[in-house]
Amino acid sequence: MLDSFSAIDLARFQFAFTISAHIIFPAFTIGLASFLAVLNGLWLWRRDEAYRRLFDYWKTIFAVVFGMGVVSGIVMSYQFGTNWSVFSDRTGPVLGPLMGYEVLSAFFLEAGFLGIMLFGRERVGDRLHMAATVIVALGTLMSAFWILSVNSWMQTPQGYSINDVGQFVPEDWWLIIFNPSFPYRLVHMVLAAYLTTAFVVGGVGAWHLLRNRDNRGAAIMFSMAMWMALIVTPIQILAGDLHGLNTLAHQPAKIAAMEGHFESFPEGRAPLVLFGLPDDAAGETRYKLEIPLLGSLILTHSLDTPIQGLDAFPTDERPPSALIFWTFRIMVAVGFAMLGIGLWSAWARWKGRLHEARWLHRAAVLMAPSGFLAVLCGWITTEVGRQPYTVYGLLRTADSAAPLEAAAVSASLTAFIVVYFLVFGSGTYYVLRLMSKEPQNAVDIDEIGPTRAAGITPVAARPTATHVGATGS
Amino acid sequence: MTIDLPFIWAGLIAFAVLAYVLLDGFDLGIGILFPFLADREERHLAMNTIAPVWDGNETWLVLGGGGLFAVFPLAYAIVMPALYPLIIAMLLGLIFRGVAFEFVHRTRRMQGAWEFGFWAGSLVAAIAQGMALGALVQGIAVEGRAYAGGNWDWLTPFSALTALALVVGYALLGATWLILKTEGKTLARARRFAMWLGAGLIVLIGAVSLATPFLRPEYLERWFGWPSGAWSAIVPILLALAVWQLWTGLRRDGDHLRPFLATVAIFVLCYAGLGVSFYPNIVPPALTIAEAAAPDSSLLFLLVGAVVLIPMILAYTAYSYWVFRGKVDPADGYH
Repeated sequence: MLDSFSAIDLARFQFAFTISAHIIFPAFTIGLASFLAVLNGLWLWRRDEAYRRLFDYWKTIFAVVFGMGVVSGIVMSYQFGTNWSVFSDRTGPVLGPLMGYEVLSAFFLEAGFLGIMLFGRERVGDRLHMAATVIVALGTLMSAFWILSVNSWMQTPQGYSINDVGQFVPEDWWLIIFNPSFPYRLVHMVLAAYLTTAFVVGGVGAWHLLRNRDNRGAAIMFSMAMWMALIVTPIQILAGDLHGLNTLAHQPAKIAAMEGHFESFPEGRAPLVLFGLPDDAAGETRYKLEIPLLGSLILTHSLDTPIQGLDAFPTDERPPSALIFWTFRIMVAVGFAMLGIGLWSAWARWKGRLHEARWLHRAAVLMAPSGFLAVLCGWITTEVGRQPYTVYGLLRTADSAAPLEAAAVSASLTAFIVVYFLVFGSGTYYVLRLMSKEPQNAVDIDEIGPTRAAGITPVAARPTATHVGATGS
Repeated sequence: MTIDLPFIWAGLIAFAVLAYVLLDGFDLGIGILFPFLADREERHLAMNTIAPVWDGNETWLVLGGGGLFAVFPLAYAIVMPALYPLIIAMLLGLIFRGVAFEFVHRTRRMQGAWEFGFWAGSLVAAIAQGMALGALVQGIAVEGRAYAGGNWDWLTPFSALTALALVVGYALLGATWLILKTEGKTLARARRFAMWLGAGLIVLIGAVSLATPFLRPEYLERWFGWPSGAWSAIVPILLALAVWQLWTGLRRDGDHLRPFLATVAIFVLCYAGLGVSFYPNIVPPALTIAEAAAPDSSLLFLLVGAVVLIPMILAYTAYSYWVFRGKVDPADGYH
């Protein structure tokens, strides 16, 4: 089946597949690590058992998801070399050290303190345990910092020169790290991770409230998640808008594809294309449903600033528009649905019915996986929008790949697909099963087993110690 | 005086790879020994001895790969495609055995399947690493700035030999780690394993050592020429001492740390022996450390971080091992 594709197409499928599978895990664990730190802090501050039980509940889920993030992440760190060796040779002097800093300042930090966070409370005491929990959360954020700097440099490269063998070599590290799109991308992604986690937590809380509205643990997590939805979603929409303005300044072809604008608007006054079918071959968006002038207002915050369409770029410098057009709309739609949930919860909270609002709970359950959808669509928009380049405007994707035969790549791609669906499919099922256990109430350890990702816990001898919190420190 | 940054970084990358081999070596070794343990209880006990540390151990592999990308991008760009099937097999193996730590406790019905995955994943990763080592020692065909060989260049009798040697070596690390972390029947069983594995490893090290100098003329020169030959004579002598320590450690009841340390010493010495063969190449036979290095500005920028952060990493890794020190008791665990 894969025989008809070239080695480079297969390598692109493989990268897209493995990185899409990977991003799901950090999108969740970045937020969950911070949530766990907050829960543990609340437990230490108020000494309310409910927070500690919530901490234990979510840490078990964190351990499973984090493990999957680690193993899928190792694949990424090698795939640059295995499949994109020319890219690695050319960009290594600039991007390699940033990734080196990610490993040294983030990965080791997370791995080093994860065991203590998950299992060390009784061994090191509350204070060091809290420190370990905060350090793991900081580690996830540091990791996001470096890897988003790397990705942003590929989108908006600066601070480099090119040497005689064609390598990008660093001239100014400050310019490289803080390249023009980095601050926007970092804020947008970290907020996305927080929202993703908030909606998962909120969905799980709502699910258990629907089944037992007196469950205090579920009530607490639902309430915390809805505060996040209410406060963070508007900030995220604002951040996304600013990110879009930044992209317009640096990658106008990507914006044109997102907007479905094949034609330029030299006088401004561009419409907003709500829906349509972009057709790259024909060079137009068919069946457009437009709102006049709104496109200019959103993109330039003015009516008469000129806006470039895809026609301003040669066809071999345009990204494929249909995929970008649609993934962007799905992301935006999810964002506004999140805003709706946040406002709805504020209304219910004001009326004092937050924990009884059955339809709100049902909507929150439905929205539980929405963050993952938005994150994936957002990444597809920005990564496909960077095409046909790996380093925007400088190094073409077609010139970045390793000298591999198509047969080798199709074999590895098939193996990745089979293994990922098997392993991460099973993992997702186990996570869902953990989430379906009612929080707060004592859980029979024979049903779910102890957490082991990075720790040693008793097997059967003292089943109550791990989950009920019968032992102090 | 100018500082030779590529040389410093070659040392640091070598250190990261060695740290990975030693630390993940005993993790993978326990996976390799899995089917030879008595029962499920003993297998889970063995898994528990490495559960708090495996993630940190594997991070050294990411540092090795990421570090190579950063400071020797050309070596990274040549070696990864050359060893493509091995690297992919290693990554897939590491996936199975990494998730197994959690998954075996998340299901009853499929528990056996994930235990199998833990064993098979560990074994596949070890074989792939061993073959990669053999393929690298044999030399990699380079043209311009790219790999110029075929899909299957890595598959030779020599790489099969190094794969077998590494599997046995990892299993020995795993067995001696179990001696350190367990008691009673498990300890006795691990000691028996270590005896056999130790004997096997010595034979295999001998075979690899005899074959290596004759793979390439420059290896022969580096091993037996003057003056480098004087240095390379020291390695086998120290190796004999380490083997003696392993033997006496295994014979003596109550000395539970020495066999592990002796095995670590054997690994370090074999690694040093490899260094004698390699230097000054980073990818034999053609690519040298200096040629593969990124510009000094890249090396210096990351070196500043490495000098500050690696000692911190070593310190908190040691702390984490300290927190989870001592024998793992199957009956009452850690509370």
